[in-house]
Amino acid sequence: MTPVQVTGEVLSLRRIGAYNAMTVVAPGVAESAKPGQFVTVAVGGPDTSMLMRRPFSIYQVRERGVYGGTVEFVFSVEGRGTRWLAHMQPHEPIDIVGPLGKPFALPREPATCVLVGGGYGSAPLFPLADALRERGCRIDFVIGAATEERLFGALDAKRISATLSVTTDDGSVGLRGRVSDPLPEVLATTKADVVYACGPMPMLRAVSRIAEEAGIPCQIAVEEMMACGVGVCMTCVLPVVGDDGETRMVRSCVDGPVFHGERVRFDDIGTIPADAVGAPEPPPEPKPVGKRAAKAQQVAEAVR
Amino acid sequence: MSTTLTVRVGTPAATPASTVDMSTTLGRFELPNPVLTASGCAGAGRELNQFFDVAQIGGVVTKSIMLRPRSGRPTARMAETPSGMLNSIGLQGPGIDVFLEKDLPWLVEQGARAVVSIAGGSVEEFGKLATRIRDAGGASMIEVNISCPNVEDRGQVFACDPRAAANVVQAVRRATRAEVPVFAKLSPDVTDIVAIARSCVDAGADGLSMTNTLLGIVIDTDTMRPVLAGVTGGLSGPAIRPVALRCVWQVHQAMPEVPILGMGGIRTGLDALQFALAGASAVSVGTETFHDPSAPMRVLRELTKALADRGFERFSDAVGLAHQPR
Ligand SMILES: Cc1cc2nc3c(=O)[nH]c(=O)nc-3n(C[C@H](O)[C@H](O)[C@H](O)COP(=O)(O)OP(=O)(O)OC[C@H]3O[C@@H](n4cnc5c(N)ncnc54)[C@H](O)[C@@H]3O)c2cc1C
Ligand SMILES: Cc1cc2nc3c(=O)[nH]c(=O)nc-3n(C[C@H](O)[C@H](O)[C@H](O)COP(=O)(O)O)c2cc1C
Ligand code: FES
Repeated sequence: MTPVQVTGEVLSLRRIGAYNAMTVVAPGVAESAKPGQFVTVAVGGPDTSMLMRRPFSIYQVRERGVYGGTVEFVFSVEGRGTRWLAHMQPHEPIDIVGPLGKPFALPREPATCVLVGGGYGSAPLFPLADALRERGCRIDFVIGAATEERLFGALDAKRISATLSVTTDDGSVGLRGRVSDPLPEVLATTKADVVYACGPMPMLRAVSRIAEEAGIPCQIAVEEMMACGVGVCMTCVLPVVGDDGETRMVRSCVDGPVFHGERVRFDDIGTIPADAVGAPEPPPEPKPVGKRAAKAQQVAEAVR
Repeated sequence: MSTTLTVRVGTPAATPASTVDMSTTLGRFELPNPVLTASGCAGAGRELNQFFDVAQIGGVVTKSIMLRPRSGRPTARMAETPSGMLNSIGLQGPGIDVFLEKDLPWLVEQGARAVVSIAGGSVEEFGKLATRIRDAGGASMIEVNISCPNVEDRGQVFACDPRAAANVVQAVRRATRAEVPVFAKLSPDVTDIVAIARSCVDAGADGLSMTNTLLGIVIDTDTMRPVLAGVTGGLSGPAIRPVALRCVWQVHQAMPEVPILGMGGIRTGLDALQFALAGASAVSVGTETFHDPSAPMRVLRELTKALADRGFERFSDAVGLAHQPR
């Protein structure tokens, strides 16, 4: 499980809808990767001015390819780093570190599992689905995105799931609305035992709340800004309630990215809650509301 | 050394890399080689030990520790900038109790040399921290972070006031065993770095760490607000290298006998060599570790080779060399 740093080789880069999927020969990374973990890659070449490695969830791994173990990740072109990645060619070297972070926990007994993915957030749910199916679990997929081309993996999801629900914000395919909209009904009709989710923070907040209301355990994989990705810098923290009931600012790169949904204090992301361990002594007045917490609130209201 | 420098350009290594003596000293602290981690960029060494053996580098400079646990600043805490980054972590950490119980003993167990960085909000707090560390044992050196521009209270930046800086240094020096050097870590955000450096040395600092980050701001042009929740952050990485190097140069020129731990944007062995030539007896590799988690080890390898290629037999012969006339 300990991460390694390797100079991998780009094996292939293909388009999937609005996304790119890159397969990298990365011996040592592939062999120990578990669903929910991520890799980081250096972008921009040896003399790059972009110092921050880019994190991506692991999509598929092949432990023994012709060239050694391979790792595939799916990415959306967002800024300079991902634009550079999208222009890489097969056989070019790529500096990759992984597997990183805590994976999804799997149920011990066969269970009914609802997997909820938003945008490229569906990608890590596929290796998870494989692992769950190996354990005899039933899979029900709910995937959503802004538009049809930003849906990821609908066909594959259909093939491996008992039921598939699809949503798009613009109604171009499936239900018009948010991925959390059909969730209460899916949970009820499938008699779900557990929910797994990956996607943008407002979605994870909504999914966690719905699962909590239904009394179903929920694991989510979050996405926070990261500088090191390995646990040394404290950039990627968010307020999470521990087993002892105390809130701590924990590192999503090593203590996450997978958390129990009900433990994450979504409303307080972007703040230091006054009752967090080590919070500033005189509680700030008035209670600060971070940009992201405010945004999450708006989205959640729109979802309801 | 000047004789060995007469090798022709293009001649292969005049000295085999394996025979270059890389040992160095920071005051009474003897190091097998001059490459260390930078405070806040290596935790307490455990995570980086997955990528290289932390006992093999000169030392591990730990994240600045405070008396009590501290949750730091709200997120967003980071913004990437051209050849650098802005951070506003706000000294999140477990506090000295946990550090002394879990982190420092682990480093000692690995055979790593621990440079313990401390931060406080008052002279008294710095003194207490030093006392706790003395009582626990295990630290090879103390680095006093008087310059972190991230602490909540802007008024608590000691590094910009020669008197305040001296008071902190004096309190720490008094509470620390004689064989453990105390280095003051300076901020480049001052008008006269030599004045602050002199004040720290007069107060008992055995050496100086230079430099900490420079204060900066990035504004998101979509939200039209600062990217960092804490508004300002510390700029680090290659973007600040010439500034940090200038600080090392000026202080070494003014006080050539005072050892310097140099840092600021070191990515390669040649960057480290620049700091040595300017007067640094050792270097810290910070932000580059985020880009390449094995960077400190790589920089050591590259520096050793760079010295060999230039005909050096000893790292120490390179320290301050750039100040000598050609
Ligand atoms: C654990 C984890 C898993 C992820 N998995 C995927 C994935 O499977 N597919 C995918 O397309 N994206 C994923 N992301 C988001 C992806 O890392 C960012 O989209 C990417 O870093 C943007 O880089 P850029 O250079 O294009 O953008 P820029 O905006 O130029 O990046 C500037 C800086 O901000 C950071 N940053 C920007 N957006 C994000 C973001 N959303 N999350 C975290 N950091 C960000 C970058 O890493 C970089 O340090 C994941 C993020 C995390 C933390
Ligand atoms: C994320 C981050 C956290 C830091 N935390 C500390 C700290 O706790 N104490 C300290 O003295 N310096 C801290 N620094 C400053 C570094 O130790 C170093 O002085 C500075 O970053 C310049 O070196 P670099 O360009 O190699 O990173 C931090 C830097 C970064 C990037
Ligand atoms: S990104 Fe550095 S600690 Fe998580």
